[in-house]
Amino acid sequence: MSALGTKMRRDLWRLKGQVLTIALVLACGFLALIMLRSTYQSLVAARDAYYVDYRFGDVFARLERAPDAVGQRLEALPGVARVYTRIVEDIMVPLATEPDPITGRIVTIPDDGVAPLGALYLRSGRLPVAGSADEAVILEQFASAHGLVPGDRLPAVMNGQLRQLRIVGIALSPEYVLAMSGRGFGFDQRAFVVIWMLHGAVAPVFRLEGGFNDVVIKAEPGASIPAVLDAVDRELTGYGGFHAVGRDRQMSNYALTGELDSLRNLALIIPAVFLGVAAFLVNVVVSRLVFLERTQIAVLKAVGFTDRRIALHYLGLVASIALIGAVLGVSSGVWASHWMTDVYADFYRFPTRVYSVSPRVVVVTLAIGILAAVTGALGAVFRIARMPPAQAMRPPAPLAYRKRLAEWLGLGRVLSPSALMVVREIERRPVRFLFSVAGIAMGIGMFIFGRFSWDSFDYLLDEIYLREHHEDLTVTLSRPVSAGAIRELAKLPGVELAEGERTVGVRIHAGSRWRDIAITGYAPDAELHPPPAGLPDEGVLVTDQLAEILQIRIGDLVEVEILEGDWPVKEIVVRGVVDEAFGIQGHARADWLDHLLRVEPRVSTVLLRVAPGRLDEVRARLKEVPAVVGVTSTERTLQSLREQTGGWMVTMTLILGLSAAAIAVGIVYNNARIALSLRSRDLATLRVLGFTRREISAVLLGELGAQVVCGVPLGLLVGTWWAQLFALTIDQEAMRLPVHIASTTYAIAAAIAVVSGAVSALLVRRKLDRLDLVEVLKASD
Amino acid sequence: MSAIIECHALTKRYQMGEVEVAALRGVDVALTEGELVVLLGASGSGKSTLLNILGGLDVCTTGEVAYRGEDLTHADPDELTVYRRHHVGFVFQFYNLIPSLTARENVALVTEIADDPMDPAEALELVGLGDRLDHFPAQLSGGEQQRVAVARAVAKRPDLLLCDEPTGALDFTTGVRVLEVLERVNRELGTTTVIITHNAPIAAMGRRVITLADGLVANVETHTEQVAAAGLRW
Repeated sequence: MSALGTKMRRDLWRLKGQVLTIALVLACGFLALIMLRSTYQSLVAARDAYYVDYRFGDVFARLERAPDAVGQRLEALPGVARVYTRIVEDIMVPLATEPDPITGRIVTIPDDGVAPLGALYLRSGRLPVAGSADEAVILEQFASAHGLVPGDRLPAVMNGQLRQLRIVGIALSPEYVLAMSGRGFGFDQRAFVVIWMLHGAVAPVFRLEGGFNDVVIKAEPGASIPAVLDAVDRELTGYGGFHAVGRDRQMSNYALTGELDSLRNLALIIPAVFLGVAAFLVNVVVSRLVFLERTQIAVLKAVGFTDRRIALHYLGLVASIALIGAVLGVSSGVWASHWMTDVYADFYRFPTRVYSVSPRVVVVTLAIGILAAVTGALGAVFRIARMPPAQAMRPPAPLAYRKRLAEWLGLGRVLSPSALMVVREIERRPVRFLFSVAGIAMGIGMFIFGRFSWDSFDYLLDEIYLREHHEDLTVTLSRPVSAGAIRELAKLPGVELAEGERTVGVRIHAGSRWRDIAITGYAPDAELHPPPAGLPDEGVLVTDQLAEILQIRIGDLVEVEILEGDWPVKEIVVRGVVDEAFGIQGHARADWLDHLLRVEPRVSTVLLRVAPGRLDEVRARLKEVPAVVGVTSTERTLQSLREQTGGWMVTMTLILGLSAAAIAVGIVYNNARIALSLRSRDLATLRVLGFTRREISAVLLGELGAQVVCGVPLGLLVGTWWAQLFALTIDQEAMRLPVHIASTTYAIAAAIAVVSGAVSALLVRRKLDRLDLVEVLKASD
Repeated sequence: MSAIIECHALTKRYQMGEVEVAALRGVDVALTEGELVVLLGASGSGKSTLLNILGGLDVCTTGEVAYRGEDLTHADPDELTVYRRHHVGFVFQFYNLIPSLTARENVALVTEIADDPMDPAEALELVGLGDRLDHFPAQLSGGEQQRVAVARAVAKRPDLLLCDEPTGALDFTTGVRVLEVLERVNRELGTTTVIITHNAPIAAMGRRVITLADGLVANVETHTEQVAAAGLRW
């Protein structure tokens, strides 16, 4: 090994604390980049392959009933390559092991078992054989949640009849990568099952022989999807149901796309924070090293080493730090991307679990990391080149200070000289101070940003959902029924109060703008889910988000297509605008809505308040009510949501907390070491003058304390600001996530910075205690 | 005259790598109240080591040190800090001013932790820098910086002023100026003053001159007449 090589090796060992803390920050950057980017790529690759191989549709439409001939007409439309008509019906699954009736969704497959679009991936078992009336394939997420396997029975209430379906296969579908029924709140893998059965077995049950009520369409390559949607809508007018939607609004794909988008954004933001901080740390440490080693550099130059060779020596040192960070970061990143892919795979199901850490991602990550580190070192390396050998051999002139901020603020007379030392050090290197503050703030901000969605979600549940919903059980009916159903359910033993709600799907138009929304009809005196304040006797209240999109104001007349029957068009008046977290919708009086629809009073959902201790009894009785397709208990829904996200949140909190700590330690420890080495002479002088160790610690660590003290509130602001920015990227039409950050999140974030700073300070203080006064004062500098 | 500080049979050994170096090999010294002593010796004779032990910066390997009868030999680092804080003023060859503090603030550093200090301006006036109070070290000449260091050392009204090669980094004229200040402090404040130097002509200003050689006291000379600093030549 060359002499410079040996020097580098020994420098690395001597600076091990700093080398390690910088390498850790870099490693966090590598880890985050590889983990997030690889998971993103794995999911995108899995999704794309899945959609192609299993023929995921381009256009989806729900209707009430259409004859098969309509399907043939759809096939003839321009831009349509293939049409798959089927029956989709929601039913009740009264599973004995579950207290609540579960919502099942029957989806038919052709009698030959091969779905032309949205094909099934059989995980186990087989498809139903032709002619079988009770064979079913069920969705894997539900099967694994309940331990169901082929050969087991599944009870199903189909059009009022209880059937015992025989599970013959467990499958996945590109239409249910994320299993969501679209009813109720969020998703619950235990409470929603997709059941695929042969068309021939299902059609008679729902009296849909020779017809269909759901269609999936594959567009021709290059066809305009909006044009196809328009053509399909025109063809299906008069058959009820909803307007056709493209892939972008298909529920599972919509959720998956949203998740992938946020993953892609995180893969940019989080590594950028780490690598930026690492570059800054490299800059301060190498600058200090070059400053302290100027005599050695001069000697090297004097004996004939070129500037380039010396510069490469210091860059080699930086590259070694980057290499240590790379080994730590890449190995943990590969592990973490497996872990994260696994976490996603629990919610987003694909036929194959692809762990793809592409060599390209690793190479690009390493290149970015090394570039960040080398960029950090460039300033110091240029100083080496500019340093003339003779000048470098002389001690530097005394550092020049001037009276600045402290004097302007009138602090000069108030502060003690030791406090002034702290203030003037900050004034002398304001950029370093600001970068340090910004680095600490970004660490804290990242932690807050990482946790805000859970906090906001909790807030949404506790403060908004629970405040507005007082029911114990929500009973979903298969289709709107006469209001008499409320009275029937109210009679069930244990039910204290039953109230109905009517939800109608409409397409609301204002000029050329339109949206598909639901209008909920309330009894004006409803107690369980009271209507928003200001519910008019006639007309609707709309959410402010909808008013904004359609640019409508109070008093405006809007046109609504009722998405039932033959889509009658009505004109209604907007009577008010309400601020709500949940998307775009309308509220009206149920009796006015019935009048508008010219139907007898009807309900689609019944809310129940149950006497204490009698919940299970009521649930059991509801399993026997044929019109019911699902029951959700508010308490269980919230509990299951929290269970699903809880473990994930603890892990992410831990990862983000450690990352924020790595940044804070990296900054505070390195700054403290640098301050110690540059100012050991001043500090030794103070000790000689009679200052105690505690007093000189205050002088040294005061600046670092100031960094943390400024960094913490700024970090809280930065985190909140990032969260607000991120909330804007969430599809506002689906849900407006109120940015709410729990005080515990703020407290943990601040505590991480303060504790990390304190630990770093203690590590350096140990060195301060060992300051050799005599040795330090002997040297001329 | 009573002894302000006494040491007896002082030895100090350092471990330098694998070699043990004996810096002091049995030194007996007593300094009396208000006297000005010059410690003379070649480089490596042990004079700085002796000064460090007298000033509570270092401890001896064997022997005894007592300040006004109080044992310093077994004092722990905190007790030595208190000793320095209240009783000792130091002046170094390289000034050791805090670059981020003005002359006044450098002096105030000491006055804020001392029991009965002078006003910083008064101390700077004493060393002839009454018009340079708000200058930072980088704005002062070497001699001025050293005088600020003297002002800082005397502002706490120390009992013992220890100066390690105070003129070592200065030219003749500036060096004499600093020595004049030390002489004035000794005369006007009655501070016991020790000046370390390897510059033999400076010895003439001491009441006593203790010469160290090879870790031992080689000679002690008492002057009945001291030469004023202004009259020194080298």
